Amino acid sequence: MTPTRDQKFWMYEKMVISRYLEESIEKIYLEGKKPIFNMANGPIPGEMHLSNGQEPCAVGVCAHLKPSDVVTSTHRPHHVAVAKGVDLKKMVAEIFGKRTGLSGGRGGHMHIFDPSVNFACSGIIGQGMGPAVGAALSRKMQGKDGVAVAYIGEGAVNQGAFHEALNLAAVWKLPFITIIEDNAWGISVAKAQSTAVPDNSVRAQAYGMPGYQVRNNDTYEIFRVAGEAIERARNGGGPSLIEIETSRLAGHFMGDAEGYRPKGELQALRARDPIPAMRARLMAEEGLSEADDAMLVASYRAIVDEAVAFARNSEDPAGEEALQHVFA
Amino acid sequence: MTAQAAAPANERRLTIARAMAESIAQEMRTDPSVFVMGEDIGQLGGVFGNTRGLIEEFGSERIRDTPISETAFMGAAVGAASDGMRLVVELMFVDFFGVCFDAIYNSMAKNVYFSGGNVKVPVVLMTSTGGGYSDGGQHSQCLYGTFAHLPGMKVVVPSNAYDAKGLMTSSIRDDSPVIYMFHKGLQGMGWLGTEPGATVHVPEEAYAIPFGKAAVVRKGTDVTIVSVGMGVHQGLKAAEKLAAEGVQAEVIDLRTLVPLDRDTVFDSVAKTGRLIVIDEDYKSYGLSGEIIATIAERDISVLKASPQRVAYPDIPIPFARSMEQYALPNADKIVSAFRNMKRTRTWRWL
Ligand SMILES: Cc1ncc(C[n+]2csc(CCOP(=O)(O)OP(=O)(O)O)c2C)c(N)n1
Repeated sequence: MTPTRDQKFWMYEKMVISRYLEESIEKIYLEGKKPIFNMANGPIPGEMHLSNGQEPCAVGVCAHLKPSDVVTSTHRPHHVAVAKGVDLKKMVAEIFGKRTGLSGGRGGHMHIFDPSVNFACSGIIGQGMGPAVGAALSRKMQGKDGVAVAYIGEGAVNQGAFHEALNLAAVWKLPFITIIEDNAWGISVAKAQSTAVPDNSVRAQAYGMPGYQVRNNDTYEIFRVAGEAIERARNGGGPSLIEIETSRLAGHFMGDAEGYRPKGELQALRARDPIPAMRARLMAEEGLSEADDAMLVASYRAIVDEAVAFARNSEDPAGEEALQHVFA
Repeated sequence: MTAQAAAPANERRLTIARAMAESIAQEMRTDPSVFVMGEDIGQLGGVFGNTRGLIEEFGSERIRDTPISETAFMGAAVGAASDGMRLVVELMFVDFFGVCFDAIYNSMAKNVYFSGGNVKVPVVLMTSTGGGYSDGGQHSQCLYGTFAHLPGMKVVVPSNAYDAKGLMTSSIRDDSPVIYMFHKGLQGMGWLGTEPGATVHVPEEAYAIPFGKAAVVRKGTDVTIVSVGMGVHQGLKAAEKLAAEGVQAEVIDLRTLVPLDRDTVFDSVAKTGRLIVIDEDYKSYGLSGEIIATIAERDISVLKASPQRVAYPDIPIPFARSMEQYALPNADKIVSAFRNMKRTRTWRWL
């Protein structure tokens, strides 16, 4: 399974939008946090987990999904949300905590809910697994088509919820796929320190489902493997597990000094940045010119700039609004 | 504060984070059975700094970074503690208790009892609490009431570094499980903002603060303000404001919720006749109700006015600053609670 020309450009667009969104957030996040870095300050307060480098995991999978398919993501959700088609303006407004945000400012960047495209994420490690399995079950019981995809970090697969959910998905043969984004780090703890299993795809066998590992953050290979797994799930073939070797080009969260990273690691990862690699492929395979690329990138950036402007210009919620929506 | 009042000329001011680490190190030096487990507690020194420097001194055998497997390592803490070790185990944010609660409340908290006292479970479960910096509803809770409600666990909530060290020492030396809840806004980590009043003089030598002894951190005659952790500092600020109006507030730092020093609270309220409880945990079914019930049960006639509570409303914690600040306790809310109290008719007991 290889991407069509349209799919390639779609993936490139979402990758560029996602990265530029993160770069924009990074700048805005630091407003009001200098010279003293205090998370509480600035237009975007709280923790901020950026997804720079992990864009291939988002686009290679979501290229095969429709709005009606279900995705759960993690505390590092922006790239997946962008690729799943979450309303960008409302999402950025939510990240700012504005009244116009997806949840009116109640959720924040770790709690992005857009039911119109069946996207949700959360801040507790492993928490998305059960709900994605449940959505897959509900699809099956209702005879509704669609698959459910749960994103999870390689650190998070050591959480019990991951294993119980896989077993459930397999024994009930559900249309479920889990995508492990292996960025090699769980905050400061390296993968090798947290599991004796170097390749998590082998864990799939323990539950009776196919498991795959994609190396080198390769967008096309992710596209291929995910495409097959999603097709199998759509055709009643049951769940799959895919682990993707990806890279975390930012700190765990903003403000992370990353003293635990071996020297030179970040430079090496940056040299393998997936976005220039994707651009090079489009140039080689689809005749994308420098000039056309510049135009495209400018138009993608404009989409982000507009969303950011929308968020900045939106009102803060009034304090009392905190009391609304506790119950349905 | 008591600790500040005791400060000698050669003051040694530590943050709560450093005071916790110092106590753990001192206990580890004298007792080889003590070790620490948790996420990012090794090389990183803990996300909130309370294990900083420990791996350098004790190595990765006794300062163990764990996988993100709270169910397993919380259960493992129970097993190791029942087998001759003494554990300090970190749950990074108290909000994460959900993934390991069975190990905590059905095992850690009950095994001493189930075994008729024949099994000891010396575990200190240290965990961060509190919000105020827009970390959203899965990273900002206090949940004091959740833990204090369950029999079998002692619950410690320090408000300053002096207490943090002495209470940690007592926690490690205790043969029962202790939940040690430190507030992020008091840790002395600049990136979380920090309450300066929590960084106080800490003696270098090891010392233990007994459980179940509240501290009267400010003396007064007109109203009793009771809290723990961050609420103590808010109470002290409110007391300053009230003093400007000629009202003398007494502020009580409970320091431990289990055991709870009901006598100190009662004696104070018996003197002042008025009670305000501050709690950053959810209002209903929690600390604030417990303290008021303590007075009502013992002798309701000491009250000159209806007690007030300044507590978190019964809502999940919102992300947006405007909404979160609206919901959090603060000194102004305490002052208004006092004004409300003045408006309530003085009761007459027949
Ligand atoms: C149950 C639970 N435990 C711990 C945490 C704290 N925490 C947040 S992110 C993280 C590391 C996650 O690593 P990984 O799953 O590899 O994802 P990454 O951050 O690398 O994207 C940890 C330990 C949490 N949010 N929830």
